[in-house]
Amino acid sequence: MALYNNHAGNRSYKRNLRNGIIMALLLVFALATLFPIYFMVISTFGDPVEAGAVSYSLWPAKFTFASYKFFFDYSEYSFRWIWNSLIVAGSVMVFNVIFATMAGFAFSKLRFKGRSLLFTMLLVAMMIPYQVTQVPLYILIVNIFDIQNTYGALILPGLVTVYNIFLAKQFMSSIPNEILESAKVEGANQFQIYWKIIMPLSKTVMAVMAILTFMDSWNTFFWPFLVTNTMDMQTIQVGLKNFRFANTTYFSPMMAGATVSALPMFILFFSLQKYFLEGVTVGAVKG
Amino acid sequence: MAQPAAQGKKLKMKGDGAWGYAFIAVALVIYALFTAYPVVKAFLVSFQEYKPLGSTYVGFDNYVSSFHSALFWKAIRNTVVYTVLTVPVALVLSFAIAIMILPLRKSMQTAFKAIYYLPVVASGVALSVVWLWIYDPLPAGIFNQLIHLFGAHNQNWLGSSATSMLSLVIMSWLSSHGASIIIYLAALLGIDESYYEAADIDGATFWQKLWHIVIPCLKPTTLFLLVTGVIGSFQVFQNAYLMTGGGPDHATTMVGLLIFDNAFKYFEFGKAAAQSLVLAFIIAIISLIQFKFLGKDVEY
Repeated sequence: MALYNNHAGNRSYKRNLRNGIIMALLLVFALATLFPIYFMVISTFGDPVEAGAVSYSLWPAKFTFASYKFFFDYSEYSFRWIWNSLIVAGSVMVFNVIFATMAGFAFSKLRFKGRSLLFTMLLVAMMIPYQVTQVPLYILIVNIFDIQNTYGALILPGLVTVYNIFLAKQFMSSIPNEILESAKVEGANQFQIYWKIIMPLSKTVMAVMAILTFMDSWNTFFWPFLVTNTMDMQTIQVGLKNFRFANTTYFSPMMAGATVSALPMFILFFSLQKYFLEGVTVGAVKG
Repeated sequence: MAQPAAQGKKLKMKGDGAWGYAFIAVALVIYALFTAYPVVKAFLVSFQEYKPLGSTYVGFDNYVSSFHSALFWKAIRNTVVYTVLTVPVALVLSFAIAIMILPLRKSMQTAFKAIYYLPVVASGVALSVVWLWIYDPLPAGIFNQLIHLFGAHNQNWLGSSATSMLSLVIMSWLSSHGASIIIYLAALLGIDESYYEAADIDGATFWQKLWHIVIPCLKPTTLFLLVTGVIGSFQVFQNAYLMTGGGPDHATTMVGLLIFDNAFKYFEFGKAAAQSLVLAFIIAIISLIQFKFLGKDVEY
């Protein structure tokens, strides 16, 4: 706090004035940041009328859930899209945590030939833009494996994320070797060490990984859009796009769809806020 | 005595090696299949006219035709314009906000962090749906109503080539600085108190401390956000695709969108692969330059 001068005693009005101005500025920016989300949610309570009749009010004249009903009635697959998203994001999350902690343990605590070379290879992969791999990946899934429009196509390419391996490795490097050595002396093998010592000590980073991976997978639009071609296999993000193009004249049902797609993440965010906010800094700030 | 000990160590390492490979086996297979193989394949495809059954080798044709394409250069120019208009603003804004959050109570800090981060957890598709309506030209959408207050006329924000890029830029300005703010704030809290104490003894003002202590100390963070921001901006695709489709008159066609169109609209996989490798090359060069010029006295 020492960046700011401490106005003590009779100058405390200065500090209050300063903090007041700061709060006002922060609130103005907060309003601007939250406005699209507020607008999205508040618009869903209006009548599902066509665009010409929309009044763009910032506060609805009346509250009705008719737009949500309209959204779910619009397509017989509305619920199916949410279900698909849950399956895909859920399995991607679980497998990522398992595989990333295993690889992270190996890269941080085990000595084996080619370890640093393999790890460098993984890191290089992080710098390659996804545009490079998207075309060959599409060819692989659609023309070679021939599994487009399946859960396999949606899930397989996301099973392992290099960033998660990197996070796990960074975190596990800070676990003291002495603990692992004493376990070894007790006769534990490496799998037991991983399962009984590393995993319980890595709960925080696992939670962070799980949440960020789930969020990415839930919000992803591009890949599911490419590899699905029937409505029943689409995720909610892709379904939302259909809806927008089919029905651009219906404003509040569209917002209802957007709200439905975002709601699970909002709920997760408010209940697990600490891990979300922690997760942002894990890879970015050293120390 | 020394002999058996060394042997024992060697034996243990051998065991470790097998465990090591066992632990990374799955990750490695997935990596080989879904990252390494596609990268190699992208190189091969970029020299081919790709057909699912039997491609033909065309040498550098895909690269040459891209470099001769006015649209490719326009897409690069659009991407550069978008990057220059959004990334520095994002850095300055998130730095200023982090500085302003700093003197607040812990609970207020958390509250503001959560507020600013909330748009990040909403999906891009949902936000693009909202922004489409904010920019709606007829009947006058919220944004047009807002500029009426300043005496401006209705604009067809996304539908006119004069304003479509600006629309995407404004949308970027007003969303998703949450992560950068939190990263800056964490870095600010990590600055050693003794620097400020020394400055206080010398009678430094707030602005002097900001200029001589905070900004130099946050240089690694700024570099990190700059490099990741530029890399991300060069790959930008989704907003342009969902909001404008690259139009009107290709005014918002970014490189990422052009590659997508070539691949999945015109099924010119070879051309798309070549352009994606050019993009990867540009990104690598930009990152190198940034590290060279800005990373001189940054320690990692």
